[in-house]
Amino acid sequence: MTPSRSAAGAPAQDVAASGPAQPNPRRPLGRVAVRAFEVVVGLAPRGPQLGALALVLALLPFTFANNYFYEVAILVALNAIVCVGLNLLIGYAGQISLGHAGFYALGGYGSAIAAARWGWPVWASMPAAVLAVGALAWLVGRPTLRLKGHTLAMATLGLGVIVSIVLTNEDRITGGPDGMAVPPLVLAGRTLQGEPVWYGIAAAALWLAVWLAGNLIDSPVGRALRALHGSEVAAETLGVDSARWKLIVFVISALFAATAGALTAHYAGFITPSKASFLHSVELVIMVVFGGMASVWGAVLGALVLTVLPQALTVLKDYEMMVFGAVLVITMVFFPRGIVPTLARLASKG
Amino acid sequence: MGGSWLQYVAGGLTAGAIYALVALGFSIVYHASHAINFAQGEFVMIGGMSAVSLVALGLPLWIAVPLAVAGAVIVGLLVQRLALERAQSGGQADVVTLIIITIGVALFLRGLAQLVWDKRIHALPAFSGSEPITIGGATVLPQSLWVLGGAAVAVLALGWFFNRTLYGKAMRATAINPLAARLMGISTRGVMRTSFALAAALGALGGVLTAPITFTSTDIGVMLGLKGFAAAMLGGLGSFGGAVAGGLLLGLIEGLGAGFVSSAYKDAIAFVVILAVLFFLPGGLVGARRSERV
Amino acid sequence: MGLNPQSVRHFARRWLLPLGLPLALAAPAWGQEPIRIGSFLSVTGPASFLGDPEQKTLEMQVEKINAEGGVLGRKLQLVVYDDAGDAEKARTFAKRLLEQDKVDVIVGGSTTGTTMAAVPLAEAAGVPFISLAGAVVIVEPVKKWVFKTPHTDRMACDKIFVDMKARGFTKVALVSGSGGFDKSMRGECLKVAPNHGMQIVADETYGAADTDMTAQLTKIKGSGAQAVLNAGFGQGPAIVTRNHKQVGVGLPLYQSHGVASKEYIKLSGDAAEGVRLPAAALLVADLLAANDPQKPIVTAYRNAYEGKYKSEVSTFGGHALDGLMLAVNAVKAAGGTDKAKVRDALEATKGYVGTGGVVTMSATDHMGLDLSAFRMLEVKGGNWSLVK
Repeated sequence: MTPSRSAAGAPAQDVAASGPAQPNPRRPLGRVAVRAFEVVVGLAPRGPQLGALALVLALLPFTFANNYFYEVAILVALNAIVCVGLNLLIGYAGQISLGHAGFYALGGYGSAIAAARWGWPVWASMPAAVLAVGALAWLVGRPTLRLKGHTLAMATLGLGVIVSIVLTNEDRITGGPDGMAVPPLVLAGRTLQGEPVWYGIAAAALWLAVWLAGNLIDSPVGRALRALHGSEVAAETLGVDSARWKLIVFVISALFAATAGALTAHYAGFITPSKASFLHSVELVIMVVFGGMASVWGAVLGALVLTVLPQALTVLKDYEMMVFGAVLVITMVFFPRGIVPTLARLASKG
Repeated sequence: MGGSWLQYVAGGLTAGAIYALVALGFSIVYHASHAINFAQGEFVMIGGMSAVSLVALGLPLWIAVPLAVAGAVIVGLLVQRLALERAQSGGQADVVTLIIITIGVALFLRGLAQLVWDKRIHALPAFSGSEPITIGGATVLPQSLWVLGGAAVAVLALGWFFNRTLYGKAMRATAINPLAARLMGISTRGVMRTSFALAAALGALGGVLTAPITFTSTDIGVMLGLKGFAAAMLGGLGSFGGAVAGGLLLGLIEGLGAGFVSSAYKDAIAFVVILAVLFFLPGGLVGARRSERV
Repeated sequence: MGLNPQSVRHFARRWLLPLGLPLALAAPAWGQEPIRIGSFLSVTGPASFLGDPEQKTLEMQVEKINAEGGVLGRKLQLVVYDDAGDAEKARTFAKRLLEQDKVDVIVGGSTTGTTMAAVPLAEAAGVPFISLAGAVVIVEPVKKWVFKTPHTDRMACDKIFVDMKARGFTKVALVSGSGGFDKSMRGECLKVAPNHGMQIVADETYGAADTDMTAQLTKIKGSGAQAVLNAGFGQGPAIVTRNHKQVGVGLPLYQSHGVASKEYIKLSGDAAEGVRLPAAALLVADLLAANDPQKPIVTAYRNAYEGKYKSEVSTFGGHALDGLMLAVNAVKAAGGTDKAKVRDALEATKGYVGTGGVVTMSATDHMGLDLSAFRMLEVKGGNWSLVK
């Protein structure tokens, strides 16, 4: 039995292919709602949506009662950056990675080590670390991406675990299992600390990430990716160099993850090897799949819900894990393609 | 120091037998439904913890063990009925979606287990005594022999079931081509349920057999699931002999790696070897080369 | 209606602000403000061996204090979050405790990793933070607002090496796990070993979830060591103990205070016979002399905990008890919850008899225990016994 590549899945969600559904003229208000919804869940971010995102990000702090709200928002934004990148890989290119936390952690540790141990200024160590991780992803991706399906999942899983073990054991450089302190970001002589400042940085980074992802998806690169996801063999017969495109997306998603990792490290002021753990990789994949594969907004939504949910569920104390698991199961059973695409499909049906 | 490599092998095989039993569970479910069940590790936990509770209630081992396994099977069936069947019948379920569902199930089961039981570590009494047996300079616990024996019996029983019984052959038919199997009157639903029940039983059996050596707690599912999956991939997903071979091999590499190279990096060494194997043999050691439908 | 700046701003002002403000003004309008004790603990996850008894102890003790009338006539309110052993979650919860729940004191941080993540926050917010974790780095260098109750891992190493020296050993084999506690203690032991004339001839490690350490112990058997020191907690040390007997290493085995609970003896079975470890007096409450100053408190705590939870008492729960009581006493001494005054009162603690020992803090010592607070125990006949 051939592995299911959901031929009915991603290409059907293809933005270029499906236009807006014909609204029901007997329900004008419904038409407006459907339209607004389509604009919002339109799978590739476009001008007005990016503007709306900027607005929401700018206005959100007015609802924050204290720094704890800022903290959660910053974590959501940084998680969303990883998810947007990972979604390009899983949702659009159809390649699974169960080791992306490794790239995230290497971005963070790379910048931390360069800044704390080698004395680099943080505004230099961050980009350097991100680029280094990108180079590593290039090296590692070539052989790995030749694998498919579960084998690819296992390979990425293995790589992530290896990174995690190395980070835990090389305690002279990395500080071991308790992690290491990370110097704060200093720009033009000013130390950028404090939640409101970092909210600005995280929000700007998120906006950039969404913009980049949107441009990528709408470009020839994006179309090549979606062809790949539909059927790799068919795409290759049409002249799509699948190995090259898969590698490019892999590297891009690694760059996104490393950026988020570096930002988080300098925001939190420390980093631990658990950031590279298998559990963290799984968390990231869950966020992407939950929110919606092949949907940038879905990735953002997934990051939002799955970062805020554990905070909200603390009231349940001992029942927290159970409820979280139940929410996950129920959501995936009723929204098999993730929340955003399933809602979009429902919206377009009527 | 001549006998020490033998000890590394003995220790490695003991751990490997545990991985083998978990890997078998992964292979069975994959064989039937092409889904990875990341809740497999939790069945091991349920088996072990149930046995601990039953023994604490005063039941003798030979009653507690089958009851514990039966309990896990019931949980497995419930899980399959309530969560997976719905998702698969919807038709839209992607492989990744199913994986996420099983992860959600694993979290649910773990959270539930922590409520039903507790977060402490528990042990079971050894089945036949705990005096180590010396074989050529290496020591092995009698319980390790139980685990290895249990894995061997499980493989033989599964082999007999799938090759010699009508229902077993029906299950293999469903795995090869579900539509054709349905047309022949085989209930795919029944096959899925049986696979899950078998996987749960195997996991629980593994949990019960190993609890006297490795202890058990509500937390063990994660690591076991991870290593069991790795072992199943190493051997070849969907192959029973492969699962056992993969499990034993993984344990061996860890033991030898710890003994000869570095005990801190033994897991990393094991994964490097697995990756190397998968790069050259993507189907695993025993896995068949699959042809892809275009 | 469309998505334009004016309508969105209007929406925000009309709906979001009124929803946000009540959350901020959560401070209740009733008479006496409760004293808020915040805590983040590793109740689940790899350090649940530590966090679970800590949470149970805090809840039990707060309930008891409130039933007896509270502190200064005010109720104690305990807010506990589970960080599952993850340092970043701990940091977020610490921030939540400080900013959202507005606690007066934090008693928490089961592990060094989670503690160190929250230290900068407590320092910046100026809130007393009593940590329940082991590593010496928490109080060295001394931080203004950070205290801790457990003995440091360095003290454990010192105590063990002193005992080894008294028995004439000079060559030691180390075996430790990959967790933070294990690695930290291993590091400290490597550092202080020369001070006692000890030579570390083997240094093996195992993974946190490993189930077979025969390979590591076989290597130790052939290393020429005269004694074995296992730095770890949880199930690892129990398996090490069993494997130690199985492989026939034949050397005296020392454990760390990380296994300071009868659970360890139960899990290790008769392989634990003769194992020595440094631990707080709590474990041998019955063996203490009648005039031992710690006897009343450890006996009372043990009876209360085992009575309520039907499980063995552990020193980790004891550290949580000490942390809470130190905080409560400091609030009493300060006459209220003024954070600076409470901090000063904490620092001025003298001769407080806790489960971990007699605590005397100072401006340069935010832990307050010395080597005598550790008792050297040996497992005899399936039970703890005091080594003289």
